[in-house]
Amino acid sequence: MTVLLLVALLVLPLLWLPLIALAARHSRRAAGFAAGAAMLSGLAALAALAPQVFAGQVITATLPWFPEWGLDLALRLDGLGLLFVILIDGIGLLVVLYAYYYMPEADRLGRFYMLLLGFAAGMLGIVLAENILLLVLAWEVTSLASFLLIAYKFREREARIPARTALAVTGGGGLALLAGMILLGKMSGSFALSDILVRGDIVRADPLYPVMLVLVLLGVFTKSAQFPFHFWLPGAMAAPTPVSAYLHSATLVKAGVFVLARFYPVLSGTELWFTLVTTTGAFTFVFGAYRALFKNDFKGLLAYSTISHLGLIVMLFGLGTALAPVAAVFHIINHAVFKASLFMVAGIVDHECGTRDMRRVAGMFKVMPITATLGILAAGAMAGVPFLNGFLSKEMFFAAAVAKPLPGLWTWLLPAIATVGGILSVGYSARFVHDVFFNGDAVDLPRIPHEPVRWIRLPVEVLVGLVLLVGLLPQLALGPILRLASGAVLMAPVPPFTLALWHGFNLPLVMSIAALGGGAFYYLRRETLYSFHARLTRLLPGHGLDAVAFERAYAGAATAAQAIVRAIDHQSIRQYLALLFGLAIALATWSWFGAAETGLAGPLPLAAVDAPALFAFAALLIGLGGTLWFHRSGLLALVFLSVIGLVAVLVFVRFAAPDLALTQVAVEVATITLLVLALRYLPRNIAAAAPVDTRRWRDAILAAVGGTGTALLCYAMLTRPFETISGFYTAQALPGGGGTNVVNVILVDFRGFDTLGEIAVLAMAALGVQALLAGLKLTPAATNARPAETQFIMLRMMMQPLLPLALAVAAYIFLRGHNLPGGGFVAGMIAAMALMMQYIAGGAAFAEKHLRIDYIRILGAGLLIAAATGIASLAFGAPFLASAHAGIAVPVIGHVELASAMIFDLGILLTVFAALMLILTELAVLRRHEPVL
Amino acid sequence: MEILVSIGVGLLFAGGIFLVLRPRSFSVVLGFTLISYAVNILVFVAGLLDRDTPPLFLPGAARLADPLPQALVLTAIVIGFGMTAYLVALSLRSLGEHGTDTVDSDRDAGE
Repeated sequence: MTVLLLVALLVLPLLWLPLIALAARHSRRAAGFAAGAAMLSGLAALAALAPQVFAGQVITATLPWFPEWGLDLALRLDGLGLLFVILIDGIGLLVVLYAYYYMPEADRLGRFYMLLLGFAAGMLGIVLAENILLLVLAWEVTSLASFLLIAYKFREREARIPARTALAVTGGGGLALLAGMILLGKMSGSFALSDILVRGDIVRADPLYPVMLVLVLLGVFTKSAQFPFHFWLPGAMAAPTPVSAYLHSATLVKAGVFVLARFYPVLSGTELWFTLVTTTGAFTFVFGAYRALFKNDFKGLLAYSTISHLGLIVMLFGLGTALAPVAAVFHIINHAVFKASLFMVAGIVDHECGTRDMRRVAGMFKVMPITATLGILAAGAMAGVPFLNGFLSKEMFFAAAVAKPLPGLWTWLLPAIATVGGILSVGYSARFVHDVFFNGDAVDLPRIPHEPVRWIRLPVEVLVGLVLLVGLLPQLALGPILRLASGAVLMAPVPPFTLALWHGFNLPLVMSIAALGGGAFYYLRRETLYSFHARLTRLLPGHGLDAVAFERAYAGAATAAQAIVRAIDHQSIRQYLALLFGLAIALATWSWFGAAETGLAGPLPLAAVDAPALFAFAALLIGLGGTLWFHRSGLLALVFLSVIGLVAVLVFVRFAAPDLALTQVAVEVATITLLVLALRYLPRNIAAAAPVDTRRWRDAILAAVGGTGTALLCYAMLTRPFETISGFYTAQALPGGGGTNVVNVILVDFRGFDTLGEIAVLAMAALGVQALLAGLKLTPAATNARPAETQFIMLRMMMQPLLPLALAVAAYIFLRGHNLPGGGFVAGMIAAMALMMQYIAGGAAFAEKHLRIDYIRILGAGLLIAAATGIASLAFGAPFLASAHAGIAVPVIGHVELASAMIFDLGILLTVFAALMLILTELAVLRRHEPVL
Repeated sequence: MEILVSIGVGLLFAGGIFLVLRPRSFSVVLGFTLISYAVNILVFVAGLLDRDTPPLFLPGAARLADPLPQALVLTAIVIGFGMTAYLVALSLRSLGEHGTDTVDSDRDAGE
């Protein structure tokens, strides 16, 4: 039950997706209810699990997925996961409600809610993953889903470009994270979090630890928008405000800091960790806060504020003092709550005014006092004003900055950074409150603003209520869960801490006062700052790593890639082939010289050359020479080609392969027939139309090298002894397979599954031919041929009586195949050729009459028989395609060993027969389009 | 004998490579067939040449030829035919659609 609930936590949002799609078709409201129910059901499942987690249990569930890759569907719910699930599902629920009123009426919301839920599922996957590869997988889901959410208004370029930037940055970071996680898994010897978390010492002692840490941090910093990867986040404000409220408060950007928290026991505690994490966090904290003040777009101000607060959290994780991680977790909660409400307020103001420009929006307190009050309270929390939740965690942050001992004068650095950042935060918070809600009257608004509908305010009220509750009664509201989550982060007893408003008059309090006072002063002197900032931006044109610069680099890379492709790819199949051969030759050469033994000749003695062999070789030379010489003259080349085919037959005969010889003869006939049929349609004036072939020499060299290589390879192989598995087959053919023709037994029994695949390929090729030629109208080249009826009188006279005989031969060859040379392949081809000869002899009229046979049906029947034989053996409890055999006495013929494999062979026969006939008759049917024969 | 077989395989391969790289589709089909011969024989002789008895488990038979390469090559021959047919159909289709029997577009065939 527990396991089921845990899985439900992750799967529920996905299960609701089809319901949302259906509901959205019905009505907007139904879609909203479905999405809300999805979030609520997650919270309900969590509520059922919460008591166990609070009792100190870590709930896990593992389902093997790709165990050989170390990837399992393993889930885990501990204190940290619990906290994040509350944030994801809880704030998600509020966002669902908010979006229902915020999004335009015309939007049916189905796509919106489905994307939102898909994204939530990705987030839940990150926070619930027990397997770290699963975590990366979920991480990628959030990258993709957030891309789709940011580009929700995909018809606008302003939405598409930032979405792409966000995807490129967070997706790239995801790759780094994947590499990092694989390294981490290798170092600790397990991809399961439970194992990794207790092996911190091993990991930190590993020589690759710095590489792994940097890779993981790249993932974290890109996702959590740390400098210098911060630039995607302000651009992502192109998303609808509910998306921003969700992604940039509780979820997407928190995924990065979640990973910091999750792996804190393993990764932290080193000098490198402190340097990288603290420096990045501290710089981002101050940088974001500084930039926020100068944004005229209040949503942009909130975006930079988010960057700054994330920097604060990252810095806390880097500090490494006893209470710093607790403060970080605390601030994760607080920031999620007040930033979500601030984005929602910003969305309401935007919605009412039609603009987000603070140079035009003003005096909203008079217009919408309730919303304004909510916004002011939330902004107060952002600034760290007492009695609001942000104050408490910020004070813990100050305390942590003070508590970190650094040598010499450096002692003052961290508190100084913290105070400066605090001052800047108060400054931009003041601007947000002052410019939006006060500051005289609005100018030139596209709409006349008023207090929004009751229900859109509800989510904001809930959140601001939490801001106040935590701010006033911190221990009661958050004490237990903070202790629980911090314990999960530290994997150790949580050091004692008290959440209280008053800790006595101490240094952090002084810093808070300094920040509030300094911030107010800073804001009052803002005009001076604006001009200073304007001068600074003039001094530093382009801002280095900004979204624009990134976009430029991105476009440049795309253009360069296209240019490179154009330069190397001439869209020529011949070139591809030449490259392929060249590469194959290079690889073969490399592996030859890379081998331990590079000598050419092996120890085996050479066999003597006899006269027939020399004769065959001479025939080969003639055949090959003729084929090459006449390759542009059609029929003549075919004549020579068939000589080579006959040499191949001789080779098979000479070296004891009667089955192969039979097959080769049959295929030879079929191939030549096929090519003769095809030749009729190819242009005759080949030589005249042939373009000047300048690649001839290159190809000749390629051919010479490839041929020499193959010859050497062949020679090296022939002179070396090697063990094969053939002995087993030879020994087992009769007792195991019930046949004396080992080749046939291998085909239909030992390797029956391969054969099934092979006849399936043949069937596919035949169907492919049929599809390619269907409806094709070709005019044959001019020919002096007479109608077939008058052409082959002798042949026709002979062929008709021969048909039954030929079919009888095919049947004989088939039946004896298990014990003597023959079998389904050969028999099928003989039958096909027998029938084909009738067509050739009979001409078009005869073919017209007899071509009605549905070869596709026979093809299917053959495959079915072959497959059914295999399945039948399953029914007897034996493996797929296992065969049985028994000897029976048949009158006249005598003792016959019958094997079930023969039925399989029958399937082969039918398939081969039908495939050949289908291919050849399709080409023959083409002839019927000829104008006059 | 081994040398003779090796040279034969090499020659077939070389001729096949050369023809496959020709611009006209018919030559490519010819080349493909040559390569099929070469590969089939190469795989077949992996069973080594010195055993003169066909792989039939008959009374009194000794030193059977290696049956496994034969089984592999048998299906390869049949599938080779299927692929040749497919290639032919492909080039005929291309001829019907574009009116040309060259492998590449006209722009490139003239190179």
